[in-house]
Amino acid sequence: MPLLEVNNLSVAFARYAGGFQRRMEQAIVGLDLSVEAGEIVAVIGSSGSGKSLLAHAVLGILPGHAQVTGTIQYDGEPLNERRIAALRGNEIVLVPQSVSFLDPLQRVGAQVRTTARGTDPTATVRSVFKRLRLAEAVGRLFPFQLSGGMARRVLVSTAAVSAARLIVADEPTPGMQAEDVNETLSMLREMADKGSGVLLITHDIEAALRVADKVAVFYAGTTVELAKAADFAGDGSNLRHPYSRALWQALPRNGFKPLPGTQPSQDELPSGCLFAPRCPFATEACSAERPAIREVRGGWTRCFHAS
Amino acid sequence: MLRNLCAFAGWKAIRLVLLLAAVSVISFMLIEWSPIDPVQAYIGADMLRVGPEQREAIAAYWGLDRPPAERFFKWAAALLQGDMGTSMIYRQPVSQVIAERFAASALLMAAAWLLSGLVGFAAGVIAAARRGRLIDRAVQWICYTLASTPPFWLGLLLLMTFAVWLGWFPVGLSVPAGVLADQVTLADRIRHMALPALTLSVAGIAPVALHTRQKLIDVLSSDYVLFAKARGEKGAGLLLRHGLRNIAIPAVTLQFASFSELFGGAVLAEQVFSYPGLGQATVEAGLRGDVPLLLGLVLCSAVFVFAGNTMADLIGRMIDPRIREGKVL
Ligand code: SF4
Repeated sequence: MPLLEVNNLSVAFARYAGGFQRRMEQAIVGLDLSVEAGEIVAVIGSSGSGKSLLAHAVLGILPGHAQVTGTIQYDGEPLNERRIAALRGNEIVLVPQSVSFLDPLQRVGAQVRTTARGTDPTATVRSVFKRLRLAEAVGRLFPFQLSGGMARRVLVSTAAVSAARLIVADEPTPGMQAEDVNETLSMLREMADKGSGVLLITHDIEAALRVADKVAVFYAGTTVELAKAADFAGDGSNLRHPYSRALWQALPRNGFKPLPGTQPSQDELPSGCLFAPRCPFATEACSAERPAIREVRGGWTRCFHAS
Repeated sequence: MLRNLCAFAGWKAIRLVLLLAAVSVISFMLIEWSPIDPVQAYIGADMLRVGPEQREAIAAYWGLDRPPAERFFKWAAALLQGDMGTSMIYRQPVSQVIAERFAASALLMAAAWLLSGLVGFAAGVIAAARRGRLIDRAVQWICYTLASTPPFWLGLLLLMTFAVWLGWFPVGLSVPAGVLADQVTLADRIRHMALPALTLSVAGIAPVALHTRQKLIDVLSSDYVLFAKARGEKGAGLLLRHGLRNIAIPAVTLQFASFSELFGGAVLAEQVFSYPGLGQATVEAGLRGDVPLLLGLVLCSAVFVFAGNTMADLIGRMIDPRIREGKVL
């Protein structure tokens, strides 16, 4: 049984577009994903594809006007509002995206301690700070006194001091020095090895592939492929979806071949396959209907023509 | 830190001196150009019995026959030596008139200031915490109604209801008429102050409440409140730790910076309730061309407003760690 299982999750926001016209903006469209205990699942995709909303949806902190459909199961039971309210901060923690998630008027040490568990929370904080090369004095600073890289490490430490079974890390590494990236990733790996599940949301594919067990490829608000990290190898022929392959080939080490075109805007999604406008293999059938997710070669993909 | 503070004090002192100089010159010029003839205003109802020679004598006595520039510099020179001149309408030294009036007004303004600050802040917090609910809409509705009500009209309404019809409070003045000064009790003073203070504070509640509400709503939808929730914080604890802490600084700053509105409101409220405070004295001095008193009052109110703004700055500096522990002055 997976620790976290997201089925057909959609998140939409009502937007007032000129005059009194109200239109729904689909931020996440029929997303499927699962995380087993002891593994890191990386969610990769370019920025602006709704990845942060996935994190917020799992933690139940989406804004009030968001309309959510689909199911999120944790530990085999639906993660409803009541249940997540009791679990977050204890069993489920978030590593947020930027320093703006720290209260500007509270010392960072106090903020990190709210998630610290164990017999001696202060000692836990101290040892985690040490590993992340944060001086003890950093705990007495206010967020505005942190450098960008320091702030990132403080944010990561909020998860590392916890005893959480599920860690949702939303872009934890950008702006960090290589050393800190490594330390952060190995910390997440350690937590996974101790039996926690980690959902690592990132646009840094290379970093993600170093520690992840599985990869979910995110495009225009949905997962187009769920693959093993090992499938990202060679020329990418083990991958199942044309977008995954394009992402893989766009990496510097694979020749930097960029994919032409841009992601569709979330309020003008194509009616068929979301990737059809940019897909070199698109056929008429692709624009007629959205491909459902299906199993292909031990992974999952949303493509009519994958085999 | 200490050096910062000294620089701050020095800078503020220079600003104050410049401000006072400018305010004196401008007020003097305005009075000079105003259509009110101080001699006539001084004589008042006795107009018909005073001949031209006597008028000249009066003008000479008050120095009103001299050119304006000369009078101004004479007044300024005396002021520098601590002499604010003599009030024409009260025939007392200006400093004494102001001191007496200030005592009465200070009580009134302090009561109104505290009341509007506390009630406004509480109403704003409740509205924001219950955003979109009935109580929020009620608070907003009341605030917009209050904000669009002229204070003097509100004062008259209160006066009619509570003083005239119900007779709970006296109609005017700051102490009961015909009672010796040393027999006036604190209860008497409070009874006389209640309605003007209420009028004055009601006018101040709406902006404080609406501002607090908006700020708290912003804070509650901020990333850091989201993350606090994600860390398991909730309810009153969350509101207290992250919400109130973050709106306290702007609220306190705003409250101290509102001294000018407070003074402006006091002028109206005191007029409606014939409450003998600074505001009423200002109206009198203006209408009857009492130049020394008016200038004295203008200077005092400028110092008062300036003190409020300085306090706002200083307190902001002391309680905001971003300024306190940062490098910015
Ligand atoms: S379904 Fe069609 S358009 Fe979509 S990815 Fe597959 S081949 Fe391309």
